[in-house]
Amino acid sequence: MSGNMNLTLKVWRQKNAEKKGELVTYPVSNISPDMSFLEMFDVLNEQLITENKEPVAFDHDCREGICGMCSMHINGRAHGPKDAVTTCQLHMRSFSDGDTIVVEPWRAAAFPVIKDLVVDRSAFDRIISKGGYISVNTGNAQDANNLPIPKIDADKSFEAAACIGCGACVATCKNGSAMLFVSAKVSQLALLPQGQAEAKQRVISMVNQMDEEGFGSCTNTGACEVECPKGISLENIARLNREFTLASILEEK
Amino acid sequence: MSKIDSKIPDGVLDQKWSKFKSSIPLVNPANKRSLEIIVVGSGLAGSSAAATLAEMGYKVKVFCFQDSPRRAHSIAAQGGINAAKNYQNDGDSVHRLFYDTIKGGDYRAREANVHRLAEVSGSIIDQCVAQGVPLAREYGGMLSNRSFGGTQVQRTFYAAGQTGQQLLLGAYSGLQRQVGLGTVEMFSRHEMLEVVTIDGKARGIIARNLITGKLERHFGHAVLLCTGGYGNVFYLSTNAMGSNVTAAWKAHKKGAFFGNPCYTQIHPTCIPVSGDHQSKLTLMSESLRNDGRIWVPKKMEDVTAIREGKKKAVDIAEDDRDYYLERRYPAFGNLVPRDVASRAAKERCDAGFGINKTGEAVYLDFASNMKYKYGKQEALVKGIQNPTEEQLHALGKEVVKEKYGNLFDMYKQITGEDPYEMPMMIYPAVHYTMGGIWVDYNLMTTVPGLYALGEANFSDHGANRLGASALMQGLADGYFVIPYTIGAYLSNEIRTKAIPTSHEAFDVAEKEVQQRIDKFFAIKGTKSVDFFHKKLGKIMWDKCGMARNDAGLKKAIEDIRQLQKDFWNDVRVPGEANEFNPELEKAGRVADFIELGELMCIDALNRVESCGGHFREESAEVGGDQDGEAKRNDNDFMYVAAWEYKAPNTFELHKEELKYEVIKISQRSYK
Ligand SMILES: Cc1cc2nc3c(=O)[nH]c(=O)nc-3n(C[C@H](O)[C@H](O)[C@H](O)COP(=O)(O)OP(=O)(O)OC[C@H]3O[C@@H](n4cnc5c(N)ncnc54)[C@H](O)[C@@H]3O)c2cc1C
Ligand code: SF4
Ligand code: FES
Repeated sequence: MSGNMNLTLKVWRQKNAEKKGELVTYPVSNISPDMSFLEMFDVLNEQLITENKEPVAFDHDCREGICGMCSMHINGRAHGPKDAVTTCQLHMRSFSDGDTIVVEPWRAAAFPVIKDLVVDRSAFDRIISKGGYISVNTGNAQDANNLPIPKIDADKSFEAAACIGCGACVATCKNGSAMLFVSAKVSQLALLPQGQAEAKQRVISMVNQMDEEGFGSCTNTGACEVECPKGISLENIARLNREFTLASILEEK
Repeated sequence: MSKIDSKIPDGVLDQKWSKFKSSIPLVNPANKRSLEIIVVGSGLAGSSAAATLAEMGYKVKVFCFQDSPRRAHSIAAQGGINAAKNYQNDGDSVHRLFYDTIKGGDYRAREANVHRLAEVSGSIIDQCVAQGVPLAREYGGMLSNRSFGGTQVQRTFYAAGQTGQQLLLGAYSGLQRQVGLGTVEMFSRHEMLEVVTIDGKARGIIARNLITGKLERHFGHAVLLCTGGYGNVFYLSTNAMGSNVTAAWKAHKKGAFFGNPCYTQIHPTCIPVSGDHQSKLTLMSESLRNDGRIWVPKKMEDVTAIREGKKKAVDIAEDDRDYYLERRYPAFGNLVPRDVASRAAKERCDAGFGINKTGEAVYLDFASNMKYKYGKQEALVKGIQNPTEEQLHALGKEVVKEKYGNLFDMYKQITGEDPYEMPMMIYPAVHYTMGGIWVDYNLMTTVPGLYALGEANFSDHGANRLGASALMQGLADGYFVIPYTIGAYLSNEIRTKAIPTSHEAFDVAEKEVQQRIDKFFAIKGTKSVDFFHKKLGKIMWDKCGMARNDAGLKKAIEDIRQLQKDFWNDVRVPGEANEFNPELEKAGRVADFIELGELMCIDALNRVESCGGHFREESAEVGGDQDGEAKRNDNDFMYVAAWEYKAPNTFELHKEELKYEVIKISQRSYK
């Protein structure tokens, strides 16, 4: 069963990090509104393979909005026109027959292109390795219910922890800042009693690493919150700033 | 004598693990630093193992094919993780979790392994909470629990519908901490393509750097495969697109026996297939069965009217609905285990009662709990007297949103329908593989020094896995089992110096990988990799899916062999080897899936009994109150089928007899 939408795609093609890229136009037809955006790309790739051309490389894995791997900039918006969804959850019913759709990779200094629509987001992992954890070795833990945590705090911490590390916030920010991502992790841990022991160091070293990776600075444009598929709130950035200021003052002493 | 030894320690069941643990030789800290361990996979099993082993002082290398270890497929687990904490004071215990798991697995799992799993389950929750995993809590600040299928206690811990995400991010944070400390070296976007053995022991791997396409050699004193399940052999499944069997299959061809390959879990509540373009299926968590009732209309005329769009679910009167699980299994109702629920859905749909156009869907309906359970509760709390039906719906909706919000949103994204207003439509889909690499009690495969953890191994779940038990097993293996049991092997390796990767065994292995890659490009066929993958999936689903029979399986084996020939003659792999090339990655995976598919059918053909997820049509109960239910044959099949790879398309069966010393085996009844 296929559908009846015909579309024109303009897709960023770039052989590798060294080569220059360009937008290439491809028509696709018989697209069903029930297809996801990535399934539409499957159709395009199948077509390219049949024509003995190279398919478009793009990142994806879970295809249900949780792994954070998919990352397309669609018609000028990270993850496309719908709010609160990832590219894999965007369905073709959000488009109309005859549309032209421009698809580009994440653009950010800290996310170099690997090929076509695939970028390198390993900077995020390096930031986490600088403090996005609680230092507890396996076997050190006490009984889980020995530490009651108010539901409100647990829920808020969970909301921050829902970040999927996709990088849409960075891609959408004119400064290429990673503040929303970093603040989500800092907040998750800052809201929990377990996270207190290392709170000071954590925020400082994560922010330092963020700067070192070449992410821009945050000028509070709020664009990141709008594009975040998981609704990570700007409140987290405010919390990070508080934590950072506090930690810096204490550090000076 | 059997070639396999499960190495189950002596002694009474509930002391086996603690006694064994305290007798395993230790490796002193100085020696640990010179012992290198390769961990392939960064899901719950891989990340937890790697972090823990690094904390202990070993030198660890971790590999995953995604761009970050945090994206391993475990991230997608929704519903929850079991643990015998008995926080709800509802009679749970280590013994009960053990018993439920053995029974749920239809008496095809090892007692000793499952008991150990139940014993360590509580520590997993402790560890995760200490790491800052924000599990759901009650107002008093204590952890919250929900129920899952196949049990009558509430022992499932959760974080909304994102439990896997939260647990994996916890394990990932532990892993990244070690990366930061320099004890773990992380290799993302790397795919393991061969195991290297020297003098019969696993000594390393060949991995392809997926960005540059270069083949790399890595040495390890031991190699741990934590590479997940192989549900994608069916093409359509709830697994992530990249989930594959390649690592396990390479190990199999290098001497690791494959255990119970035919045991597949078909999950009852997934979003039905919508068209040919479908690339994967989406699970709707089992936790929804806590509050959702499954039904189809009783009358065929209603079914027809619904399919024609003349009626909607809400138009069907209560008396005209067939809540078939509650009807057939009054004791467990909607919470029967997955295999039972899936077959019951298939039975209704095969009888013509499927409620969508394809005839392959049933309803999962939240209306009654939304209104009469949660709505009423909230009305009471808020002091609303005589609430209207609409008020009840609105009040209940808020509660349901908090419990399952992300799942409802996901459903709406995919289907375009609002499940708060209309029941969900669901159908069974391939979800999990109980089969996997055969391992002994130490989690070691039949290749010394090669281990398998998590979904990649065959252990613990028998012929059917209970919900919320995979996360438990992955973390048990990684946090609490392997860190001990690996000592038994490594304590004898302290004199083995790191072997340089210029060793000829690495030459040979790398050459094999290179030749295969060259072969793919040389075919220059006409069909894409996906074309063959879809064909394979269809054969497997039709003939080795929810119901299997002798003739079908024999035909499937024939068809798969033909498909294998066609694949190697006509596949087209575009691009080049030395670059980022997803089609090349897929080609390698599908080539291995084809070989695995054949073995699955061979195993299914051999097992002429029905047990758990494996339903042989020839082996069903006839008459009486169990009419049509799966019929085990304990006399002939109470064994683990461990298959040895001999030559292409040739496998030899080894049997590991299962002995039940504590549990009294009986027919698995949920009536
Ligand atoms: C949608 C969904 C929901 C689920 N919900 C639940 C639930 O609620 N409760 C529950 O208990 N279970 C659930 N499960 C099952 C559970 O999530 C999995 O069984 C479990 O997470 C598997 O973990 P793992 O660590 O074994 O493997 P995975 O998490 O699959 O990780 C595999 C790892 O291996 C790597 N890898 C694989 N092959 C290679 C290779 N050749 N080279 C290099 N790296 C490789 C991958 O990159 C990845 O890092 C669910 C499963 C699905 C599909
Ligand atoms: S904060 Fe939102 S946009 Fe940024 S990485 Fe996390 S989920 Fe993606
Ligand atoms: S593919 Fe996983 S979030 Fe889109």
